[in-house]
Amino acid sequence: MDVTFKIRRKNPDVPGLEKPYWQEFVLADVDPTDRVLEMLHRIKWEQDGSLSLRRSCAHGVCGSDAMRINGVNRLACKMLIRDVGEKVQIEPILGMPVIKDLIVDMEPFFDHYKQVMPFFVNDDPAPADGRERLQTQADRELFDDSTKCILCACCTTACPSFWANGHYVGPAAIVQAHRFIFDTRDQAGQERLNILSEPNGVWRCRTIFNCTPACPRDIEVTRAIGEVKLAIRKGRTAGIIQPSEVH
Amino acid sequence: MKVHKHDAIIIGAGGAGLMAALYASKGGADVAVVSKLYPTRSHTGTAQGGIGAALGNLDDDKPIYHTYDTIKGGDYLTDQAAAKILAENAVDAVIELEHMGLPFDRTSEQRISQRRFGGHTSNFGERLVRRACHAADRTGHMILQTLYQQCIKNEVKFFDEFQVVDMIVVDGVCAGVVAIELGTGEFHIFHGKASFFATGGWGRCWSVTSNAHALTGDGAAIALRRGVPLQDMEFFQFHPTGIYRMGILITEGVRGEGGVLVNSVGERFMERYAPSAKDLASRDVVSRAIYLETREGRSIKNRGYVHLDVRPQTVNRYFAEEGRDRADFIDDATIERKLPDILDFCRTYLGVDPVHEPMPVQPTAHYAMGGIPTNVEAEVIIDAAGAVMPGAYAAGETACVSVHGANRLGTNSLVDLVVFGRRGGMRIAEFVKGADWAALPSDAGGEIRAEFERIRGGSGGSRPGELRLRMQQTMMDNVGVFRTDETMQQGIDDLEELRERFYTDLHIDDKSRVFNTDLMEAWELGCLLDLADVTARTAIKRKESRGAHSREDYKARDDENYLAHSLVGHDGNLAAPSYAVNFDRKVDLSLWEEEIAQGVPEDQQKFRPKARVY
Repeated sequence: MDVTFKIRRKNPDVPGLEKPYWQEFVLADVDPTDRVLEMLHRIKWEQDGSLSLRRSCAHGVCGSDAMRINGVNRLACKMLIRDVGEKVQIEPILGMPVIKDLIVDMEPFFDHYKQVMPFFVNDDPAPADGRERLQTQADRELFDDSTKCILCACCTTACPSFWANGHYVGPAAIVQAHRFIFDTRDQAGQERLNILSEPNGVWRCRTIFNCTPACPRDIEVTRAIGEVKLAIRKGRTAGIIQPSEVH
Repeated sequence: MKVHKHDAIIIGAGGAGLMAALYASKGGADVAVVSKLYPTRSHTGTAQGGIGAALGNLDDDKPIYHTYDTIKGGDYLTDQAAAKILAENAVDAVIELEHMGLPFDRTSEQRISQRRFGGHTSNFGERLVRRACHAADRTGHMILQTLYQQCIKNEVKFFDEFQVVDMIVVDGVCAGVVAIELGTGEFHIFHGKASFFATGGWGRCWSVTSNAHALTGDGAAIALRRGVPLQDMEFFQFHPTGIYRMGILITEGVRGEGGVLVNSVGERFMERYAPSAKDLASRDVVSRAIYLETREGRSIKNRGYVHLDVRPQTVNRYFAEEGRDRADFIDDATIERKLPDILDFCRTYLGVDPVHEPMPVQPTAHYAMGGIPTNVEAEVIIDAAGAVMPGAYAAGETACVSVHGANRLGTNSLVDLVVFGRRGGMRIAEFVKGADWAALPSDAGGEIRAEFERIRGGSGGSRPGELRLRMQQTMMDNVGVFRTDETMQQGIDDLEELRERFYTDLHIDDKSRVFNTDLMEAWELGCLLDLADVTARTAIKRKESRGAHSREDYKARDDENYLAHSLVGHDGNLAAPSYAVNFDRKVDLSLWEEEIAQGVPEDQQKFRPKARVY
């Protein structure tokens, strides 16, 4: 079948193309099971090599190709043509400066990520037997959902609170903090909770819920943010997530 | 050109690069990591099933068993001392990853959980062993995230989206690299006492591959052009279970959890090819079996794929036949818990639910056993005698230590990354203390800038996309799982024509500077063409079958003539290179030699090269 792609473009380096504009491309012989990313490649490789986007693994793991497809944030490599129809509109993710075509400046996103101490902290000496620290599988599962995050920015750039205020750390950074806050081996949970109770932390979240359906890894992002809010309210990390609620 | 001066330049930010960066900086070196991708986009993140280490948390296990499996899996082309280091260091490395916070799954004793993987056994092949330490089916993701997190904690300096395009070699010493800042198109010189290549593999030479689009072998191609011979390039692993047509990897962990391969007549055919290990024989053996089943008309619908069946009723039936404990039996929830990403891939891309239906799979180009030759300290070597190029280091898939020999075992790529990334990082920390920066040549970066201008200005009729597809197809058809002199010659001829078009008839659309992915993809195609070429040219000269290099005109392994690594050199002429191939670098057989020295009778020698039976 034929599929029409309407793509939001800009090239700061070419006179006349510095301002965003729409361009349409038509592809023939498209199969319903083709990935949107493959079709963008076909446009780039067969029709217009200047079409610019980020991509790498092409199966939803590396997080490079987040874009707005028919108005919602998706990874182009995880969307099939049968999911998007014969007319597809593609734009860069919102809320970040656009550099060229579908490529946005990711630096603000990674800066927010780095603010929440996204690393394991445990300064106790390692076990005397030279082996691993112990953890029950039930405790391991408490934070399993947030370990899935690939930092694609689909959630953060779907969040109206983030659109309204770019200083808000955003859902992805909170998910990353959650991964450590609820890890029973980690010791810096309270410090992260303190960071996240600042004005640009979790309380900017108005529970609009855009983040959860935007996540290509099916992380329950809004729930994770809620758990962090609850931990701040209660002043502790233990007992916030009930093992029975972990799916 | 802007010049950045650091003790150590780490090129690539996957597992090997980040591990090296961490250890070099912990050792006091001033480190810059230069990566064409944001670090978390690196391909290490797609590794699924596990990282092998003889922790013995669930079964009796020792590093020497892991060593044995690695050597046997490599069809005896593995350097034995290196394999021993790999297996011994694996234990410490995995424990250390846990101490860095890596969220491994746990056993009922709260220890790191382990699963079975192909070719991993206890007691020298006696029975399959649970050795692969896992975090669901996203172990690589967890390793990559953990290492990046630790680099942030240690304030390692990153140059993200800077693509390294040349190596600066002055009087045989590596003085640094040249990179393009993708966001601006500007060239930068990274002047380092040590340059560490961790740029990954080149699966994009083939049409069906598990590899990311970014895996274009940049580091290996650059080194080759600058006088480093590449080692064992003829050995490229086809993983048996890629998603049909797409090539997306389905982890061996599926078979580790009891999944079986089934042909069109419903037969678990691996029982015929590998009576003992069956579906968990080494990858080269399983990939060939799928091709042979196809050739004999037993692929599903005769389309070249077979079924991978992990439905509980199937798995439990075979478990019962094998007399396994009922506690091992699985149910739907087990699969959901242990293989969540695999289920997601199949549901998303195929509309197939592996809990209820088998998955269609075919072999997919997966892993380069060969690459930039190094010693066990990750120092780059440039001849058969092992002479080192001062200042140059490499580890991970782009390197060849060689621990994988002619065929890598599952999980050993992750082991390789952390073990040799760490050893290289430590070595660099020591090296930079006593070394100075080699002086840069006055025209540093000039040649590569001219090459980019040539590509940008091309006004011919050949699009890079078309040339790439043709290269991938000829490599798949002619230099794939099975090879003959005739097919490989065809591959070489096709590549020669493609190279000529690349250098005389190229055209790209995008002439701008900012994020010119058209330009970068064209340059990457040049890297792939070089690597495809040296793969075919070494393969045609190795007149035997060993591991992943399987020739129909030379079906037997020939230890008499080819128990040696190949080295292929390039004369520096990009448009019309001539190559020199030799087999002068002998395989390290030191563990076998120790057995001989100790008077171990021949029939009891574990490390003597012998026919592989699984």
